[in-house]
Amino acid sequence: MNGSAILSTRGLTRHFGGFVANRDVSVSFPQGKLTAIIGPNGAGKSTFFNMICGGLKPTAGDILFEGKSLVGVKQHHFARIGISKSFQITNLFRDLSVLENVRVAVQAIHSCFDLWSSRTGHGEWADQAEALLCMVGLQERRRERADSLAHGEQRSLEIAVALASDPKLLLLDEPTAGMSPEETRGIMDLILKLLERRTIGLVEHKMKLVMGVSDNIIVLHHGELLAQGTPDEIRSNDEVKLVYLGKAQH
Amino acid sequence: MSDQHSAFVRSVADRAARHPAAATILVLALFPLVFPFHTLAINILLFGLFAAGYNITFGYTGKLSFGHAAFFGGGAYGCGILIANYQVHWALAVVFGVALGGLIALLIGLLATRTRGIYFAMVTLALAQCVYFLFFHASSLTGGDNGLRGVNVPRVALGPISIDLLDPMVKYYFMLSLVGGAVWVLARILRSPFGAILEAIRENEARARACGVNIEATRLLSLVISGMVCALAGALNAINLSTVAIDSLSYHTSGLAMMLTLLGGMGTFFGPFVGSAVFLGIEHIVTGYTERWQLIVGIVFIVLVLYFPRGIWGSILQRAGK
Repeated sequence: MNGSAILSTRGLTRHFGGFVANRDVSVSFPQGKLTAIIGPNGAGKSTFFNMICGGLKPTAGDILFEGKSLVGVKQHHFARIGISKSFQITNLFRDLSVLENVRVAVQAIHSCFDLWSSRTGHGEWADQAEALLCMVGLQERRRERADSLAHGEQRSLEIAVALASDPKLLLLDEPTAGMSPEETRGIMDLILKLLERRTIGLVEHKMKLVMGVSDNIIVLHHGELLAQGTPDEIRSNDEVKLVYLGKAQH
Repeated sequence: MSDQHSAFVRSVADRAARHPAAATILVLALFPLVFPFHTLAINILLFGLFAAGYNITFGYTGKLSFGHAAFFGGGAYGCGILIANYQVHWALAVVFGVALGGLIALLIGLLATRTRGIYFAMVTLALAQCVYFLFFHASSLTGGDNGLRGVNVPRVALGPISIDLLDPMVKYYFMLSLVGGAVWVLARILRSPFGAILEAIRENEARARACGVNIEATRLLSLVISGMVCALAGALNAINLSTVAIDSLSYHTSGLAMMLTLLGGMGTFFGPFVGSAVFLGIEHIVTGYTERWQLIVGIVFIVLVLYFPRGIWGSILQRAGK
């Protein structure tokens, strides 16, 4: 499985003062697969997620993406390298239209310092943005302001914005947080559709949700790696059962 | 009011919104025809441009600066020194002033754009004060405390015709030709892909960074553009007054840019000119009655900010829009 990992970590550690949020985490994200990062609250999922998408510097250890280290790479380079993320708390350009949210994200990959041409003259960016809105099912609402959308729709828009850079690796931080069961099903269907063309990493604390769809599961506990493997392996792992159910089931 | 009439007003407003530069230049071109104080009109025009340049940093990039006097004054001295001390052609001197303002903005920006929030305001203030004392002490070049005198451009030759800048009305339209050019360039930049990136950063910095935007480089470039516009206003003001006062580099001048922008409406295209007209207009009237004009202007400012937090033009736009 390690042979075709698009991203892997080696001994990844992060301290906050005296508190150790992650200790010695070595895992891999197989190419073209869905990897879920799970664990109870306070397991260090968010710290781990932030380190692999460039938001936090590791105290020790290394992160390799397609064989190259990501440690010290500035965050704005991540989108161009091929890594894109969605935020846990919806993080949009709230006063801009739904279409403009995605259009500016597409544009940011191509051109940030063009002072002279007209932004509406670049129809290709808007076309690409429309295609992404179709994919997440928001094409009908493209003229509306981003903050007028319902919560579930904002989460979908967030994914469309993250897809604007056409990432090889899409990292999603609890994409179904606060969603109704129907909305959750819609997002999970979308994630499976996106998986056809890219690798996806997903932070989630609802274990049931990820068991059915993931290829690879990383379980964190107290900041350390508890287990990594297929859903079946994880399901039959005694330590995981102990953490999640409070007692081992023999 | 009839429906036809309001439909007409709306279509005019729509057009103005789509072509902000043309609308702004048109209003500024008509302004002295209805406003009898032509010398004051020139001040309103030039300080409007100063505030419009400040607005790039404050309104469009979302950074509070207390250092824009360095760009305004830098442009004024850069242009004024070449004209007064070296008899350089006015056009070349203006270009030099703008370039100097841009350079000062680049140097201040390299240090200041790394900082956040109130620290940006403090660092720009501190560095602008350094520029103030630099020019203050270089008195053989700048005239020091006495200011720079002899920035005389009485006539301007345009091909075969020569226009007389001693006539305030002529001077106004001469200044407007340059201010209008700057306004057109500004509108173009704000409409460009770079302008879209500025909006995105102002809306949500973390999201813009995740989309691949180099926030620091974008802010630096926007500060340089802002600095160059303010420097043009300063250079033209030097020609307008025939002198440059050391006060044009002081923090009062930075504060003035902020007040004009706030009063007119930060982040609106035309607001800075409205702010300039209202502020300088009130100042002009009140100084006729009392030396303590700042007290009255201050009270008016507080009332306007309390009741029109989006500024005068910003509130008009808001009411017209929704």
